[in-house]
Amino acid sequence: MDGAIHTLQEYMLHTESITYILIVGALLGITFFWLFLSQRDDDEE
Amino acid sequence: MSITRRKFLGWLGAATAGTTIGKTANAASNKQFSGYPNSMGVLFDNTRCIGCRKCEEGCNKVNELPAPDKPFDDLTVLDTKRRTDPKAYTIVNRFDAVSNANIKGPLYRKVQCNHCLEPACASACFVRAFTKTQKGAVIYDESVCVGCRYCMIACPFEIPTYEYDSAFDPRVMKCTMCSPRIEKGLLPGCVQSCPTEALTYGKRTDLLKVARRRINKFPDRYVNHIYGEKEMGGTNWLYLSAVPFKEVGMREDLGATPAPKLTAGALSGVPIVVGLWPVLLTGIYAMNKRKEKIAKEETNLAVAAAVEQANAEAKANQKAEIEALNKMKQKEIDNAVKKALEEAAKPEDEDEGDAQSEKAEKKPSEEGS
Amino acid sequence: MSDDAATTGKPLFTPFNVIAGIIVVLGLIVTVLRFTAGLDAVTNLSDYNPWGIWIGFDLLVGVALAAGGFVTSAAVYLFGMKKYHSAVRPAILTGFLGYALVVIALNYDVGRPWRLPYPFIIQQGTTSLLFEVAACVALYLTVLFVEFSPAAMEWLGLKRARKLVVRLTILLTIFGVVLSTLHQSSLGALFLIAPAKLHPLWYSPYIPVFFFISAIIAGLSMVIFESTLSHRFFADKMDEAHLKEKDTVALGFGKAASLVLAGYFIIKVIGISESNNWHLLPTNYGLWFLVELLGFIALPSFLYAVGVRDKNIKLIKWTAAWTVLGIAINRLNISLIAFNWHLPASERYFPHWMEIVITVFLVTLGILAFRFIVTRMPILYSHPDYEDH
Repeated sequence: MDGAIHTLQEYMLHTESITYILIVGALLGITFFWLFLSQRDDDEE
Repeated sequence: MSITRRKFLGWLGAATAGTTIGKTANAASNKQFSGYPNSMGVLFDNTRCIGCRKCEEGCNKVNELPAPDKPFDDLTVLDTKRRTDPKAYTIVNRFDAVSNANIKGPLYRKVQCNHCLEPACASACFVRAFTKTQKGAVIYDESVCVGCRYCMIACPFEIPTYEYDSAFDPRVMKCTMCSPRIEKGLLPGCVQSCPTEALTYGKRTDLLKVARRRINKFPDRYVNHIYGEKEMGGTNWLYLSAVPFKEVGMREDLGATPAPKLTAGALSGVPIVVGLWPVLLTGIYAMNKRKEKIAKEETNLAVAAAVEQANAEAKANQKAEIEALNKMKQKEIDNAVKKALEEAAKPEDEDEGDAQSEKAEKKPSEEGS
Repeated sequence: MSDDAATTGKPLFTPFNVIAGIIVVLGLIVTVLRFTAGLDAVTNLSDYNPWGIWIGFDLLVGVALAAGGFVTSAAVYLFGMKKYHSAVRPAILTGFLGYALVVIALNYDVGRPWRLPYPFIIQQGTTSLLFEVAACVALYLTVLFVEFSPAAMEWLGLKRARKLVVRLTILLTIFGVVLSTLHQSSLGALFLIAPAKLHPLWYSPYIPVFFFISAIIAGLSMVIFESTLSHRFFADKMDEAHLKEKDTVALGFGKAASLVLAGYFIIKVIGISESNNWHLLPTNYGLWFLVELLGFIALPSFLYAVGVRDKNIKLIKWTAAWTVLGIAINRLNISLIAFNWHLPASERYFPHWMEIVITVFLVTLGILAFRFIVTRMPILYSHPDYEDH
């Protein structure tokens, strides 16, 4: 209708779609962040 | 594997679809949704149904479904309990035992998709093949359907059916509320062909009022319940009955929770796992690595200390030995000096052999001292 | 496939090869039938029972039993239990083959298998738990393939590629645990949408947790079970480290399985209480539930404990097989036996014999692939040219 959400199903579709994008971002992000965090450790492999 | 790249592209697609629209929830504060405001529905009143199967015929005709094994005017098919199947979006069942004394003869129940306000099939479908239209119909898009049949698992009314006999393009088959017709302002096929007005088509909100009015007007004729008002969060098809609904084969134990709510908790657990598991696991890994490192260092230290101690002991021993050796040497020198002095002091005539033996006897005692 | 024994210099017509050959031929015939005449020709699936043993056994049991890969690699690489290192490669191979078979089985089960990538590339049904399962299974199969690849690369002599993959070990292990947690639990969560169809004793808001915890148990038990079988049939392929660590693995994994089973028992009982289902126990379904709860959860927990205390490797091995059976029964209960319990017997599902043929065919393919790989690649022994990673 006018961009408004009328059903729970549509609302969840909206939020979950964004969540999945965040999930992919989170998985990649945390990997690189860990590398950044431990880059200067002298014992890193 | 190529599938990961594809998946990633797919997610990018989801990203654009999800974010560009920028939707706002209707009542965002408490997340209450009451469905499309002007959605349509059908009210089925089983006190008016005569079991003529005209609705089945009408449905078959407008949906261009294959002809049935037995013609629609053959009412003997009502002798056995039937369900929807790929060739019949709707069927009528007969129930002979009637517990309401105000009703004569058998009762009938029409079965078709109830067009939930929050469809379980739509919630369950992983390709979004099901859509709830603004008019209220739940429609199916066969062009994306993979055929996993999770919609059939999910549907509490056991409505969707599957073309198991098709090898190459099997479809999920179910009532569409004649969506193409109602979009054009026409009546659904079944409603149009009902001769007794057992079916009433209209706005869902109006139908609820109609149903309530009938119950109030004829309290002996109806049970005081509009089936579909609350079931599974509400449906666009509504039912009035002369007897408790479970006596006409309708489940009364479905509850009022809309289907998407049933899975909302599990779905919201997903990002939490993704967010926290890597942190937890990396933490455990790092701790173990640190532990190993410390253990290694401790071992190294212990080894070094042991070596050092061994060295120190060896040095000490060496020193002692050297001292002992020096002492011995000194003694020997002393003895030699002493002997020389003694010999020098001895008379010349004394036997040399005696002197030798005397010395040999004397030496152990001297060493002992 | 059935004649790969010839290349290893053994006689071709061993009883195993003959039986496997017959199964493969039968399987291929039914496969042709399935893809030319449709599901109706080979299955007993119906509009009431859309999921049969290809989902109940091949998918649900298959994924649970393939959990050994993530459990073992997590134990060794993340939790620092290096003494189980020799168990990693067989477990990852079992996991990889298990998931590969799951995906093959799905191609039989869904109506239009060529559309299986659609949820990723065409339209995303993100509200569906099946979407989550599909995404995780596809990703995890990839992860398992990469985790398994060093063995193949050692076999093929691809030193540089192997070095690159080995450097990713920790990352892959963490991804594996995350993905496994998600899809193991989501397989259970698939049934959350059908409270009206699954018997209340098995339907529980905890079902995702039940599935995840029991997958860990299945994974641990499968490692013991698989190592028993490997030792029986491929002892000549094992190096000293594998032979020596075999009992260590059985004792350690048996202990872990015992403890996790105890925890699983506790949460299952709490599940009954939270749903207030006590009154359902003295029914037929209730008795069957108790058989699962006491016979396949409490009993193996206790037997594992006795086996570990007495260092009774034989008891641990038998308990592992029993536990695997118990998890399989649990998955079948949820997907088939206690599902649609409200329907009259005439409308319930029982597998068509050709469905069983396909399932047996796929399991046979898995065993043949396992044999093909362990007789060639460094799975049960360390390759002398490469350091362990």
